[in-house]
Amino acid sequence: MKKFLRGLLLVVILIVCLAIWSFLPWYGAVAAAVILALWLVLTRAGRRTLSVTGVGLATLPSRWGASSVIVIGIAGVVGVLVALLAMGEGLSATLRGTGNDATAIVLRAGSKAEANSVLMHNQVVLIGQTAGVARDAQGHPMASPELLLAASLPKKSGQDANVSVRGVGSAAWAVRPEMKMVAGREFTPGTLELDVGKGVAAQFAGMTVGSTVQLANQRWKVVGVFDSGDAFNSEIWADRDTIAPIYHRGASSSSVTVKLTSPAALNQFKAALAADPQLKVDAETTHKYFADQSGGINKLIHVLGTVIATIMGIGAVFGALNSMYAAVATRSREIATLRAVGFRGTPVVVSVLLETMLLALAGGVLGAFVAWALFGHFTASTTAGGGFSFTQMVFQFRVTPQLVWNGLKWALAIGFIGGLFPAVRAARLPVTTALQEL
Amino acid sequence: MKYFHLVWAALMRRKTRTIFTVVSVLAAFLLFGMLDSVRTAFADAGNRVSGASQLITMNKLGLGSQLPLSMQSQIERVPGVQAVTHIDWFGGIYQDPKNFFPNMAVGSNIFAVTRDVTLPPEQLQAFQTTQDGAVVGAALAKKFGWKIGDKIPLEATIWPKKDGSNTWTFTLVGIFHANKAGDVNAESQMLFRWKYFDEARQFGKGSVGWYQEQIASPDQAERIARAIDAISANSDHETKTETANAFASSFISQFANISLIVSGIMAAVFFTLILLTGNTMAQAVRERIPELAVLKTIGFSNRSVLSLVLAEAVFLVVIGGVLGMLLAMAVVGGLKAKMGNTLPMANVAGSIWGEAIVLMLVIGVIVGVLPALRGMRLKIVDALAGR
Repeated sequence: MKKFLRGLLLVVILIVCLAIWSFLPWYGAVAAAVILALWLVLTRAGRRTLSVTGVGLATLPSRWGASSVIVIGIAGVVGVLVALLAMGEGLSATLRGTGNDATAIVLRAGSKAEANSVLMHNQVVLIGQTAGVARDAQGHPMASPELLLAASLPKKSGQDANVSVRGVGSAAWAVRPEMKMVAGREFTPGTLELDVGKGVAAQFAGMTVGSTVQLANQRWKVVGVFDSGDAFNSEIWADRDTIAPIYHRGASSSSVTVKLTSPAALNQFKAALAADPQLKVDAETTHKYFADQSGGINKLIHVLGTVIATIMGIGAVFGALNSMYAAVATRSREIATLRAVGFRGTPVVVSVLLETMLLALAGGVLGAFVAWALFGHFTASTTAGGGFSFTQMVFQFRVTPQLVWNGLKWALAIGFIGGLFPAVRAARLPVTTALQEL
Repeated sequence: MKYFHLVWAALMRRKTRTIFTVVSVLAAFLLFGMLDSVRTAFADAGNRVSGASQLITMNKLGLGSQLPLSMQSQIERVPGVQAVTHIDWFGGIYQDPKNFFPNMAVGSNIFAVTRDVTLPPEQLQAFQTTQDGAVVGAALAKKFGWKIGDKIPLEATIWPKKDGSNTWTFTLVGIFHANKAGDVNAESQMLFRWKYFDEARQFGKGSVGWYQEQIASPDQAERIARAIDAISANSDHETKTETANAFASSFISQFANISLIVSGIMAAVFFTLILLTGNTMAQAVRERIPELAVLKTIGFSNRSVLSLVLAEAVFLVVIGGVLGMLLAMAVVGGLKAKMGNTLPMANVAGSIWGEAIVLMLVIGVIVGVLPALRGMRLKIVDALAGR
């Protein structure tokens, strides 16, 4: 009964510790580490712990097989977790980083995504003249009517994939000052010239400046590569008025992106649109529009990553338990000797825990490093964009410090669970039986 | 088999260690079962028997570009084509965008073209005669509690009505069932009459999203596809025709390289598992060197000692593996029952179990082989003397 209660108490302590740990910010963990270090150096019990831990660590090389189980097992968990979350983070960062609060996108009411939206020419003109739209030096409204199309083009891997083709108005570049040409120049309106995003240039075949691309039975010339650092990098840009007739879209557009006189002018702009009986449209800041498009998928990847890491983590915990029980067993005579000459239980418990968590930390660092080395600059693509276009969106995995810290937290938690029970067993071992063994 | 009690005794020598190792193996195979179920679900979508004898013809410019309705009769005349229908993606929302399900405007002969689902004859009759009639799959009807005769409103995202409103209301006239048991995807669609849709929509009149054809034999798919594409060659609406399977495969591969992601994760998992279990086995054999020496002394051959240790390793992995796969079966079954059509997971059955068993045996042999060799090579005198 007593034994059972003690076990129960241990499990409760474990759960409380893990709950606190999962919410602990990085500075909290640093503070805890500093307190631990001070205790180790300044107090008598701490110094004893330190010397016991030193002995434990010194015997590590003779148990390298068992120790590497802990390190590699935890490295696997952390590596997979960090890689999966880096994928979700990269995808949502691309969408979240697209757009800002000073530009607004106007779509046909109810369409939710550009690919679904159709605006007629007269509506486009009216939208440009609405109150709240900024004007350029010549007094023209800063509004770009844009037509979003899809084309099937060969990727570098040889497979065909859908890519977004955006026909833009002449104000498109002025509305998005963040667009930078990294090679070549902007296309000349009225000609069969294209600019391609950096992501498209990286993933699709034959997208260098000077090459020609077959789009809708016409030969287009690539004259520039742009980098916007966001979702537009996955697009091909051409002149709206040139490409629309080729795709039989006449004077219609998908959306109008406008520069607002100020972010605060959004409400005025929306009210003015709603007041016009000829317009049935929705307006949103471009920032909000693109952020909304990313919502679901990042959540999905996050849940998936956590579930997979949890199952792997359970496997790793039991691996660590096995190794540490074996380690405690091989050192039982040594530990019993320490106890016999007057060492208390605490230094023994803490030293075994410290040893496991150091191994776990090494595993976590290794796993995070491998994930970073393999995927830190990995570029991938997926089907994105609401509506029925299903075009490719290129994004880069992002191994952020936050993700690495997250991975290390998992590693230390696994080490803690895997070390706690063997540590308590070591401290509770009856001295006489342990000394009698062999 | 007659030495089974020896293997069992060896495993029970240190119960805690055996249990911990079994749980690790269990976790690995639980993950394998679940991930492989996802991979299989995606692979199956591009590998349907019915999908090989169905063709999809769409605008070469890509989805989202329309084709003229006039092609219907031209495609019908292509030899080998048994039935043709035209389809438009409607993309309507029922109450909330989270309730996503495919809804499409289809030609009234759709059930002659698709062979994945069956609609009772009297309901088919009603579908063909009711102007605003719609039919839904059984899984969808169950999810939203729809009955025949219900009015179902959809909020349009692409196609407003002539009067500018976005709300389309359909009358439910039939519920279809999948021909293959458990084919939830086929049962999670809503189909309604293209004619009604075309007359009521604001723009795009007389154009269709894509054509779907049922052909006589999969062997002729290539030839028929080329013949259909030849109809519109050099026109302003050139087409691209491929089998439904090829279409699904390329669609999935554009979404993500699922099998690469799954194999990547599983490689990490099994690598760790081999190391972990291998270590356990090495420990177990190291402790039992004197016992193995005794076995040899009383006449066990080198080979029987080798197979004893190998059997122990394989048995350890198989126990954990089978438990893990059973758990995966239960989890996937439970998730599917709860989440229904939105979950791309295949039942953990046949081929997944087959792969798992092979993996268990291979991993068992890998982790057992070094300790087993050690046991086989030990010299009785040295081992008994504790050297």
